[in-house]
Amino acid sequence: MLRYTLKRFLSLLISLAIASLVIFAVVEVAPGDPASFMLGINAQPDTIAALRSELGLDVSRPERYLNWVGGLLQGDFGTSYTYRTPVSDMIADRLWVSLPLALYALTLSTLIALPAGIYAAARRGRAGDVVTMGATQLGVAVPNFWFAMILVLIFAINLRWFAAGGFVGWDQGLIAGLHSLTLPAIALALPQASILARVMRSSLLDILGEDFMRTARAKGLTRRQALWRHGVRNALIPVLTIIGLQFSFLLAGSIIIEQVFYLPGLGRLVFQAISSRDLIVVESVVMLLVFAVIVVNFAVDLAYALVDPRLRVRS
Amino acid sequence: MKRNLILGLVLSSLVVLAAGLSFVWTPFDHAALNIPDKLQRPNAEHWFGTDHFGRDLFSMIMVGARTSIAVAFVAVGIGMAAGVPLGLAAAAHKGSWLDELIMRGNDLVFAFPSLVIAILITAVFGAGAINAIIAIGIFNIPVFARITRGGALSLWEREFILAARVAGKGAARISAEHILPNIANLLIVQGTIQFSLGILAEAGLSYVGLGAQPPTPSWGRMLADAQTMVSFAPHLALIPGSAIIVTVLGLNLMGDGLRDWLDPRLRVTR
Repeated sequence: MLRYTLKRFLSLLISLAIASLVIFAVVEVAPGDPASFMLGINAQPDTIAALRSELGLDVSRPERYLNWVGGLLQGDFGTSYTYRTPVSDMIADRLWVSLPLALYALTLSTLIALPAGIYAAARRGRAGDVVTMGATQLGVAVPNFWFAMILVLIFAINLRWFAAGGFVGWDQGLIAGLHSLTLPAIALALPQASILARVMRSSLLDILGEDFMRTARAKGLTRRQALWRHGVRNALIPVLTIIGLQFSFLLAGSIIIEQVFYLPGLGRLVFQAISSRDLIVVESVVMLLVFAVIVVNFAVDLAYALVDPRLRVRS
Repeated sequence: MKRNLILGLVLSSLVVLAAGLSFVWTPFDHAALNIPDKLQRPNAEHWFGTDHFGRDLFSMIMVGARTSIAVAFVAVGIGMAAGVPLGLAAAAHKGSWLDELIMRGNDLVFAFPSLVIAILITAVFGAGAINAIIAIGIFNIPVFARITRGGALSLWEREFILAARVAGKGAARISAEHILPNIANLLIVQGTIQFSLGILAEAGLSYVGLGAQPPTPSWGRMLADAQTMVSFAPHLALIPGSAIIVTVLGLNLMGDGLRDWLDPRLRVTR
């Protein structure tokens, strides 16, 4: 297990290094000089030069890369070109919206998908299965930002159960905060729940065909007992992997959903930064999201190897 | 499940037909402003109603289908054109540094949240249909590389490949002549699925303003325009949304149906 962990950790580091290089390179080739952009067309050359050195843009590219990565490692994401505030502070503020939103959506998705998948597998081929699977087909096909608009139309505009957008802030209390994230979380959760329900169903169906399930029935367990004690438990292993992977989709997906609900999260930060060509902010948020995805994948792999020893050997 | 295949084919052909027809005929000029007729609900004259500029929604949906299909199609094409050769090469030289390099590269691309990178690419190089295609296409490469390698690896173990090697054919020729035709089914099914994901991705990018730019009509941007008017003109959101759903649903059903149809083993088990 130790060897496997070390090996995976090494590849984690390599992935992060390459990812940071790619992101840096993409942003580097962006046309336009941030300093001239910030100062406008009437700026004097010496003002531009001064700003360039203040922003750390006057050194060579490799040096700039090392400065950036070195800063990241110390939690220093640089200074925003437009707001002149540390990017790490801006990100930390926004993370308090995006992260809870992604976790909320993940919880909803799991709570909907697992029962739905188990139900469908248990009633395989019957009406309940067909209806559930039909619903998931539809769920996968619905763009979440459109679903979000429809939710606003029904639950905010017509029924007035929720606000149509905005975030009240956590200082209003946990319930109020969660309440204002509910519609976005539902919108975000729907497609993921549909995928997860299908994975749960097919994983459980695979297990139900195993010999040990027949043995469980033969020793006198009822269908229901065998399903829960031996079926669902075993079927959960691949499902957990997908749940881990979905976290990253949800975090990334929240970028678009935040636009629908005018939530002050990472997504809005990125789009504001894009429109003001505040590339250091874009660069840092993207790096952070990639970091989150790579680390979550790493954790999922380890958890998986912990549960299923065969994997340690194979890889 | 022949039902899936037929329903999927019908829905997908409907969209393709609308897109094709839009080149020669639309009920109205999709770009013609007609303010007096603005925000009409669906009626006999304007089948899907009109938007805030009085443009005919039905015509816009037809032309928008073109954008969606074109973007998703080229993106899948990029994925296949680069991914399939990479996957074939990796499988032909299984375990070599080439295989290792290709597969690690794949893992790396997979690790990037695709939407985030699409946003980065369009942010840096500018919003537009071409950049959206590239951004979506890049993420199709590892998908096809992986599925090609997986399919090809099991084929390399088979006797008829051994026979081809004995006959003196090289790895490249075997890959092209024997492996590729045998994994074509897999690739077609995956292509359908990636196509539907591409439609969704294009809609998402256009919605946030990073996809096709005006005046090119696109379903995602129609939804973005509709957002502020959804309370008094819900059809502006409902109709483009339904167009996306019908397309994606059709492609997914077609993919599922094709897989079951092309692979008889699956018919029994699931």
